[in-house]
Amino acid sequence: MTLPFAILVLLTIAGAAAALTLRNLVHCVLALTLGFVGLAELYLQLGAEFVGFAQILVYIGAVAILVVFAILLTRSAGPTSKLAFSPTWVLSSVTTAAVFAILAWAIHSGVVTSNPHPTQPEVTVKQIGDALMSRFALPLEVVGLLLTAALIGAVTIAAQDKREMK
Amino acid sequence: MTALSSYLFISALLFAIGLAGALTRRNAILVLIGIELMLNAGNLNFIAFWRFGPHPEALTGIMFAIFSIGVAAAEAAVGLALIIAVYRHYKTTDLDEISSMRG
Repeated sequence: MTLPFAILVLLTIAGAAAALTLRNLVHCVLALTLGFVGLAELYLQLGAEFVGFAQILVYIGAVAILVVFAILLTRSAGPTSKLAFSPTWVLSSVTTAAVFAILAWAIHSGVVTSNPHPTQPEVTVKQIGDALMSRFALPLEVVGLLLTAALIGAVTIAAQDKREMK
Repeated sequence: MTALSSYLFISALLFAIGLAGALTRRNAILVLIGIELMLNAGNLNFIAFWRFGPHPEALTGIMFAIFSIGVAAAEAAVGLALIIAVYRHYKTTDLDEISSMRG
């Protein structure tokens, strides 16, 4: 494990952990952004440049901003005086620890059949574009349809009901 | 520990953090953030298996991660719209106070 890798892991895990433990929701989103940056850089380290930049664009550029908007629209900003954690947190923590233990055990005992030191695959954006237009054309269309439907659905759900206003 | 399993451990840890957040926090927005983190853990697995798998030139891991990011964006938009609609009705985003459908 090299030093840059360790720093990226620390950034990702610390950001994610802080995002779900801090009390102020705006601080949570800032920590979440930090975690997403670490994750995008892990993708870059793995040689998936396109996914890394898509991660920065979509998560940091869109999802984090959307969450900030939701926090401000629902007036949840600022430290809450009420309890931040649900009363069943002990049970939830035990469940989470069990899930992590099972996953870690499965990873530890799993047999790695792949070549331990494969060469860095060369992937250009042109290759990805060619694949999206040929082999993955149908999934691309489906995702486009899904995003359109989600956009219309989100506007319909969040739009103020005119009859309610009167 | 191989490089692949170290990435899988990070992903499992990220998934556990997201699950803990989704189960323990009371604010609906933070539950959504926990779900986003779990989705990201899945993406990291796809990329790691693509990178250390036998056929990286097939691009399947990258494609799955790209589509997964797209679906996650749609999910975040609809989820936050639902939270705003619920807030308008109940004047709160605290999940323990939204209990009118409790049996």
